[in-house]
Amino acid sequence: MDVLERYEPLIDDFDAFLAACERPLPSVVRVNTLKTTVERARAAMDEADIAYEPCEWHDGLFALPEDQPGTNWPYVLGWLHGQEEVSAVPAEVLDPQPGERVWDACAAPGSKTTQLAALMDDTGLLVATDNNLGRISALRSNAERGGVTNVAVTHEDARNHSLKPFRGPDSEEGREGAPYDRALVDVPCSCEGTIRKNPDALEDWNLDHVDGISGVQKGVLRRAVQTTREGGTVVYSTCTFAPEENEAVLDYALAEEDCELVEFDLPLDHALGITEWDGETYDESVRRAKRIYPHHNDTGGFFCAKLEVTA
Amino acid sequence: MCPEPRENDSTRFDRLPATAEERVVEGRPTREEVLDWWDDRFGVPPATFENHTFWEHGAGKIWAFAGDVASPVAIEGLGLTFLRTRREHWKPTLEAVQRFGGAAEDCVIHVSREEAATFVAGDDQELDWDGDWGYLIVTTDIAGEPEPVGVGLYVHGELRSQVPKGRRRDL
Ligand SMILES: C[S@@+](CC[C@H](N)C(=O)[O-])C[C@H]1O[C@@H](n2cnc3c(N)ncnc32)[C@H](O)[C@@H]1O
Repeated sequence: MDVLERYEPLIDDFDAFLAACERPLPSVVRVNTLKTTVERARAAMDEADIAYEPCEWHDGLFALPEDQPGTNWPYVLGWLHGQEEVSAVPAEVLDPQPGERVWDACAAPGSKTTQLAALMDDTGLLVATDNNLGRISALRSNAERGGVTNVAVTHEDARNHSLKPFRGPDSEEGREGAPYDRALVDVPCSCEGTIRKNPDALEDWNLDHVDGISGVQKGVLRRAVQTTREGGTVVYSTCTFAPEENEAVLDYALAEEDCELVEFDLPLDHALGITEWDGETYDESVRRAKRIYPHHNDTGGFFCAKLEVTA
Repeated sequence: MCPEPRENDSTRFDRLPATAEERVVEGRPTREEVLDWWDDRFGVPPATFENHTFWEHGAGKIWAFAGDVASPVAIEGLGLTFLRTRREHWKPTLEAVQRFGGAAEDCVIHVSREEAATFVAGDDQELDWDGDWGYLIVTTDIAGEPEPVGVGLYVHGELRSQVPKGRRRDL
């Protein structure tokens, strides 16, 4: 846990933080409202004798204290999707509406893609991109199990994402598709926040890796801002505590692209974004981002920021 | 605009022509045929799909997409796998049946929970059925209501599970 020591100055109750990081995480499922209702999913779990506890802040999320495997009727029908509780945050913050154009920039294996599709009532256009073909096949099978029909899957580096495949049906060849109304940037990261699920998460941690991956994060966030319309929303999220991958990436996007950080409500305990780290200072507005530590809500760790595109 | 190829190209998605008059690629089904087939076989009304476009990706593999983009489009996925054509008997996918099969009125075989479990495990079973042979939608009661589970092939007194390997479960 040496890696985590570097965050001691950031965290109020550091002992509680460390203790939480050592506890295993209960498994959580999200009800897929494209295929059923929350009431029917509950009835099906009752019928299958699956013990569940509702997560207070989201009426389609249930913790399964007895850690049920995925072999039961509601799973077979695609009614439930296993997803960590905090991982359900960014799609809710993005709040996509039916009929909109939405980009999920780093989408595989598709937990958030299926959640976005459900929030959109499976209408509009949801473009899901990943650069890893093996993970795309997991994304495809999750979308299929979820019964999603509004998703278009692309295999590319999100930093160079092309809008050309999404031009209108009668438009001229070579034209670009319309910009997005919203984009989710759920980037690859050092995954420190998943330590409770995966105790080896920090084994290969090193600062060079953090610096390398922050280059990818910056590139993907920039592309998301560029491909989103003026007034549109971009949500940036990671499952790491490292400021190099969080506030520093936001600070970079604020300087390079036309966007600003906006306030948002989050019905979970959290801390604010930080403006100083390791001799660097960041734009004051990165305080509007939110840090969720494991001891706050007995979840994994998470970081989430909401941006508005200004030109 | 580049000319449309006359053969199917499996690296991309091509929107189905609306009707036979608009057909360019030989053997490609039309939207009208797809809608008629769901209606004739399962009694699923065409209006069920009024907001979906249909695309061919690989010979005879039809996908249903909730929006519309310019055709052709070379990407990894466009909506949901939906239907296999280009064989004598068209076959809906498990995904299509779970998503749209609730609207079906014909060729639906309702089975007990145990029979449904046998079906989901991928096993064949002898069952009585006095309707048409061929592909049927298999339903069972979940939480007090019938729910479509997948596709079975009924022949010679037997319901043959068509649940794809990756979706089979021992319940
Ligand atoms: C944190 S995971 C995404 C999890 C996903 N949003 C979900 O909810 O299931 C990050 C993903 O980014 C992908 N990735 C890494 N570099 C990328 C790049 N340059 N362009 C697109 N995707 C990338 C990885 O393959 C990985 O699937």
